Amino acid sequence: MISLIVNKKKYEIDVSPDTPLLWVIRENLGLTGTKYGCGMAQCGACTVHINGGAVRSCVAPVSRADGQEVTTIEGLSSDLSHPLQKAWIAEDVPQCGYCQSGQIMAAAVLLRENPRPTDEDIDRAMAGNLCRCGTYPRIRKAIHRAARMIAKGGAK
Amino acid sequence: MSALEMKRRDFLRFSLAASGGLLIGFYLPGKSKLALAQDQSSNAFMPNAFVRIGTDERVTVIVNHSEMGQGVYTALPMLLAEELDADWKKVGFEPAPVDAKYNHPVFGIQATGGSTSVWSSFEQLRQAGAAARAMLIAAAAQRWGVKPATLRTASGTVFDQQNRRLTYGQLAEDAAKMTPPAKVTLKDPKTFKLIGKPVKRLDTAEKVNGKAVFGIDVKLPQMLTAVVARAPIFGAKVKSFDDSRTRTMPGVHKIVEVPSGVAVIADTFWHAKVARDALRVDWDEGTMHAFRTDQMMKQYREMAKSPGKSVRREGDPDAGFAGAARKIEAVYEFPYLAHAMMEPLNCAVDLRADSCEIWTGTQFQTVDRANAAKVVGLPDEKVQIQTTFLGGGFGRRANPHSDFVVDAIQVAKAAGVPVKVVWTREDDMQGGWYRPAFLHAIAGSLDASGNPVSWRSRLVGQSIFAGTLFESMMKEKGYDPASVEGVEDLPYAIPNLAVEYHQAEVNVPVQWWRSVGHTHTAFATECFIDELAALARKDPYQFRRPLLLKHPRHLRVLDLAAQKAGWGKPLPKGWGRGIAVHFSFESYNAQVAEVSVRDGRVMLHRIVSAMDCGRYVNPGIIAAQMEGGAVFGASAALFQELTFENGRLQQTNFHSFPMLRINECPKIETHIVQSNEKPGGIGEPGVPCAAPAIANAIFAATGKRIRKLPIRIKEAV
Repeated sequence: MISLIVNKKKYEIDVSPDTPLLWVIRENLGLTGTKYGCGMAQCGACTVHINGGAVRSCVAPVSRADGQEVTTIEGLSSDLSHPLQKAWIAEDVPQCGYCQSGQIMAAAVLLRENPRPTDEDIDRAMAGNLCRCGTYPRIRKAIHRAARMIAKGGAK
Repeated sequence: MSALEMKRRDFLRFSLAASGGLLIGFYLPGKSKLALAQDQSSNAFMPNAFVRIGTDERVTVIVNHSEMGQGVYTALPMLLAEELDADWKKVGFEPAPVDAKYNHPVFGIQATGGSTSVWSSFEQLRQAGAAARAMLIAAAAQRWGVKPATLRTASGTVFDQQNRRLTYGQLAEDAAKMTPPAKVTLKDPKTFKLIGKPVKRLDTAEKVNGKAVFGIDVKLPQMLTAVVARAPIFGAKVKSFDDSRTRTMPGVHKIVEVPSGVAVIADTFWHAKVARDALRVDWDEGTMHAFRTDQMMKQYREMAKSPGKSVRREGDPDAGFAGAARKIEAVYEFPYLAHAMMEPLNCAVDLRADSCEIWTGTQFQTVDRANAAKVVGLPDEKVQIQTTFLGGGFGRRANPHSDFVVDAIQVAKAAGVPVKVVWTREDDMQGGWYRPAFLHAIAGSLDASGNPVSWRSRLVGQSIFAGTLFESMMKEKGYDPASVEGVEDLPYAIPNLAVEYHQAEVNVPVQWWRSVGHTHTAFATECFIDELAALARKDPYQFRRPLLLKHPRHLRVLDLAAQKAGWGKPLPKGWGRGIAVHFSFESYNAQVAEVSVRDGRVMLHRIVSAMDCGRYVNPGIIAAQMEGGAVFGASAALFQELTFENGRLQQTNFHSFPMLRINECPKIETHIVQSNEKPGGIGEPGVPCAAPAIANAIFAATGKRIRKLPIRIKEAV
């Protein structure tokens, strides 16, 4: 049995400990906002937080999250109130949208660690998240916008 | 146009009766838009197949094109809402089921592709909105006992001359009893309130909170998941397989041979995948076991030495070379490319004795339904497709053989319960249907003043239409138009011109890939015109201008891109600026790229894109497509190729088939031409110019010519 706390909810799951966290989240918990893109930590579509740190859940065995706090895109806010979600909407970032959960989860860690990132900081922090639609210019803009919102007191 | 006219008349006849058949029950994780719409449908006003207005004021636009990022779930509702005078805040969307009334007005099938969605729907959806508006006005007129002509509408409300008001929701039930108008008058474009404005996309909220449902997210009651052990070589067949170890692995329900390989059906993807990987399959390798792309390209080079099928011939190209002051020849090479959508292929199927329901992100509903019906042995109308969001399409999800749908049907036949087939990234990349590899040999000549005299293009590559239901499109011309588009209509004024094509026969499955033939023809022609400019010792931008005088829309975007980029202004040391212009999918695009090269690595600094897509609908979405198109084109230019050795594809995942990452992405500016011309495409036309603009910028920075993609500076000439 693996004990998980996902988006503040407790789960006991009977699953092999080497199962990637991604598939436990998607298939056992039914939280499908976290996406499968490559299965080898190349694309970042599966990015979630374990204890606040960004993790590629497609290569992280679920045992690594045992007893830890996991946050997925569904747990970022219940009402689109997170500054990154607001900024993503304001800048019309997503196209197909498939990679965006991972992009936002990676950006959330960046902003917590560096509330006023430069373009270079963004490029460095976000280089692990692919977007085939090419939304990168808008991701940069949206992260700057979210940073401004947080600076003005919009942070949670 | 006659097909288009007919459709316009047809759809206006659809009445409320049609709505019952539109909605079928299904179950998805979370609260789906469809389920919500279904709840409200009982007392809704549905004047035609494209719109439904609820008593709760919701205006639901039923969209017959697939949303794969290009913005149709916003742009198409805008068209309808404009003429309806809807309150935009109340407008939503819903994917259309498969039905002839949702056929593409030009293609005659339900499909999304060719950057056609907006221009082909431009009148159709406006007519649908105007018809609904007329019926709402008629309902209000009856209620108030006044003449309809005395009423006006704004923001989802009908007003009379005393400013009494009734909302569309209040009128919905009465409007449903009105007769659809025989004829409607569309707005003067000068009065548009939505069309032409950078309206925010309607699908963003659910794409930033994890709620958007893609095919891979679909979950049906009792559903199992399958992963297929697929042929390692195109055309290979299962000889035998040993599932003694895998049968008892956790979660495995069934292991069955299907036409595409051996399917492992399990309770979860992960269990299916682990068991699939443990399966031992012995393959009959077929005829492709020794196939190598390097040898194929060698053959293509040989083929290009002899004349091909004549596609275009003007003047006397041979004489033009004989008497020329200066001549140059270049051979451009292009690899196979994978679409590599972020969401790998998948398809869920619920197959019953007398029905088949399919859930998938597809661009090709009518074709998929027909192919599925054939495999299950049911009439077409017993097969229904629920189109989910597509995690990228780029042409891959419009497969003439419906490969990923038929594959799932075959697995479903064996499963006995609803099943979702999921392709791993490796399965998806190795699964074929690539942008074909091409070779394009060009010879050109100049007179003593540096004016072009002769141009001969000779292309070698596979046809994407050959062997498909679209082969008839080749019959008329005698060649595959998709292989030579973009050079067949070379706009430059060159007196002696020949375009020839050798259709290569190779058993690698090929298909349309975002911007299709233009992906390679724009590169070859725009790099070669740059080479001619250098041979003439002229500025490449100024060299193009007089050759485009008969093509004012080309010229306009060329000038706009050059002006906005500051063409001719100094750049930092080591940087270069390159330009390219191209017409594709009814739109004109020019791009200027600024690059530098450091230690053999190309750094992209800035791309300035000028777009003329006629009368435009949503400039915000157009800018996004220009950004995305440039990134897509730049990814292919810098990194992407598929190569085969011993019949086996050498690339498997994003580490060996990379795409641009954010730290490699240049600043991208888009400038849109104001125009009253008829609308053109936007999904694809942003792709073709990126690669040649970059290659020409590399020449400006380093003096080296790029003649082979992906770009490798050490191979440049």
